[in-house]
Amino acid sequence: MESNQFSRKNFLKLGAVAAGGIAALNSLPLIGKAEEGTMCGKETVMLLSTDGKVVHVDKKSLKLAAVSKAEETNELKIRARKGIPGRKWVAVIDLARCKHALACQKSCNKNHYIPGDRQWLNVYEMQDSKETAPYWMPKTCFHCDRPPCVAVCPVDATFKREDGIVLIDNERCIGCRFCMAACPYSTRVFNWGEPEVIKALEGVPYDPEQGLPRKKGTVEKCDFCPEMLREGKLPHCAEACPNGVYFFGDLNEDTVTNGSETFRFSQLIKDRAGYRYMEEVGTEPNVYYLPPVNRLVPFDETDKHLDDTEETHHH
Amino acid sequence: MNTLTSIDELTTDLQPRKFGIRGQLWTALLGLIILNGLVSYYFQLRDGLSVTAMSNYVSWGIYISNFVFFVAISLVGSLISAILKLSNAKWSIPLTRIAEIIAVSNIMFAGLIIIVDMGRPDRILNLFMYGRIQSPIVWDVMVVTTYLAISVLLLYIPLLPDFALLRDKMKNIPKWQHQLYKILSLGWTGTAEQFKILHKSVNGLAVVIIPVALGIHTVTSWLFASTLRGGWNSTNFGPYFVAGAFVVGAAGVISLMYIARRYYRLEKYLTDDIFDKMGKLLVMLSLVYTYFTVNEYLTPAFKMMEGERSLLQDLFVGGFAPMFWGVQIFGVLIPVVVMIFKKGRKPLPLFIMANMVIVGAWFKRYLIVIPTLFHPYLPAIKQNGVPSVIHYFPTWHEWSITLASLAGAMMIITILFRYLPFISMWEIAEEQQLEYEEHHQPVVENSKN
Repeated sequence: MESNQFSRKNFLKLGAVAAGGIAALNSLPLIGKAEEGTMCGKETVMLLSTDGKVVHVDKKSLKLAAVSKAEETNELKIRARKGIPGRKWVAVIDLARCKHALACQKSCNKNHYIPGDRQWLNVYEMQDSKETAPYWMPKTCFHCDRPPCVAVCPVDATFKREDGIVLIDNERCIGCRFCMAACPYSTRVFNWGEPEVIKALEGVPYDPEQGLPRKKGTVEKCDFCPEMLREGKLPHCAEACPNGVYFFGDLNEDTVTNGSETFRFSQLIKDRAGYRYMEEVGTEPNVYYLPPVNRLVPFDETDKHLDDTEETHHH
Repeated sequence: MNTLTSIDELTTDLQPRKFGIRGQLWTALLGLIILNGLVSYYFQLRDGLSVTAMSNYVSWGIYISNFVFFVAISLVGSLISAILKLSNAKWSIPLTRIAEIIAVSNIMFAGLIIIVDMGRPDRILNLFMYGRIQSPIVWDVMVVTTYLAISVLLLYIPLLPDFALLRDKMKNIPKWQHQLYKILSLGWTGTAEQFKILHKSVNGLAVVIIPVALGIHTVTSWLFASTLRGGWNSTNFGPYFVAGAFVVGAAGVISLMYIARRYYRLEKYLTDDIFDKMGKLLVMLSLVYTYFTVNEYLTPAFKMMEGERSLLQDLFVGGFAPMFWGVQIFGVLIPVVVMIFKKGRKPLPLFIMANMVIVGAWFKRYLIVIPTLFHPYLPAIKQNGVPSVIHYFPTWHEWSITLASLAGAMMIITILFRYLPFISMWEIAEEQQLEYEEHHQPVVENSKN
């Protein structure tokens, strides 16, 4: 997937440069595919103009821009700030189905290369009061519509996108941790030390949509896996969950799915009395919960794997 | 104040003096503490904030509480050199410069310690390139730098006539020092016109600094009050911080003026009467502060709402209780009771009480910042028998950097005491109506400004 993406990037870059070059020659706007070849002994590049004509251009007249890692990252940053057009992502977590299998967390950790001292996703053992029933509550970032973390950021390093996702630019973050203090759900975690080197990420340009490669002294958190959403896939937690706890979808389409079942979002919330956690703080989360009624399995405290779920101290 | 006979006597008494062995040892000690902190900071730069005890839950530690302490104590500049000055309290004239020296040195280190707390100090310029005016941090940056600038002016402008006096009267000093005074006096000759401008600008700055001073500590309180967290989610925080700041600042002035009086034998200038008045002032400020403390804790404790309850229990009877009650008893109650009595406002007991207030104030800032982070809304406090994994005790690196910042502020105070007349000579002369000889004009006619 990575290499594919990169060749497409290079290709678009080439297209843009070529368009600039050709426009000067015969004022034909050019887009699309470029192919190299030879004609009349000259090395040429075949380009497709906007009106569908194929033109051959002397390769020497084109300046092929070497796409550096920084430029690559810049484009990824622009894309990351814009979001996925026309979408408004929403999650529904069915507490009745969660039996603390923790496959979500494992998949999340693996795919985001999360080191041991932090989790983007936690499954909390909850009990609202002494006499009420305990239940498991998986918690992602809520990607609030009124995100307190974004409101306090002094440098616009964390931002809210058009499609509802709250992301962080780790190359802009100054590490003041005001967003961590501001988040009432303690969702955000910090790169306290130098991030460990991950072989698979060597040479990969930084992409805010994945928060990778990690940057020392900056904040990170659950990002709803935009790289999966762009491919039309579910986020890793939803894909991994064996019990279909996680539903994801687009509020504009009013549809959510866990991969095997698909619901009208509004109907599901209506039928199952969906709610948002800590509504009273006014952050307008985009994660909804379905109450733990008629459970798949009874709550079993022996399921508790405290060492896995609880965030451990970073030392 | 005992009457002075001449401007010469005044200059001899108050001109900067060489340090004796005690002064040199003190400076060396501060230097060592600073050096130790710099070494620790090197390791922090190299290895990141992982050298601290901070974690994803307790994400702010003593760097931040120490920052709040610095901002608090620096507020005294505005109290003495603006509020008391504008209300024409003549007795506080010898304290003006001491207060400004405290203000300048501490606000500088407030700025520095906040950089120390940053995960990416190398990106500090992002604040200017991408600064968001909506963020309280940006407000704090603006108001702290403004306060520093005005404080420096309020320290420097009234020094002009004194630099001129030192330039003209101080003998047997190294050439560079003479040259320094000459440059810094900006060619001051002491004409009536110059004094008029001086009074006008100082009075203007004194008016301007009051809202800015309230601003620095109110905005600092908003760094906490603008978040959704139990204990910080308070509308009382602005005035509470300001009230507490005046207390620790006044205590700072008392502590420093006692040391100055003892070390330089300045009983003639820093009289028992000034100590008495500062003691009364500190009692009044402490009582105002207590009023806000009661406001801050009593009504939430009466309601014990979910989300605040565990924090309040932790403070009142839990793990933080010894520190919480220690601060109230040794940092407020005992000093107030002692200072109510006239004997308690004698220089030595007052000095001891002031230092208790300062230490209490430092720990009070710790109690404002850290316990709240032990009690986030999530993980929910109602977790069933799950032992808390949240803990924080500052590491050696944090302590040494924090101590170095405190030593740094004291070092600046020490250096300024060594090379500046820390009691304003011309203002004493003006108040005592001493005649300047030679080309120095009498300044009496301006004293009503």
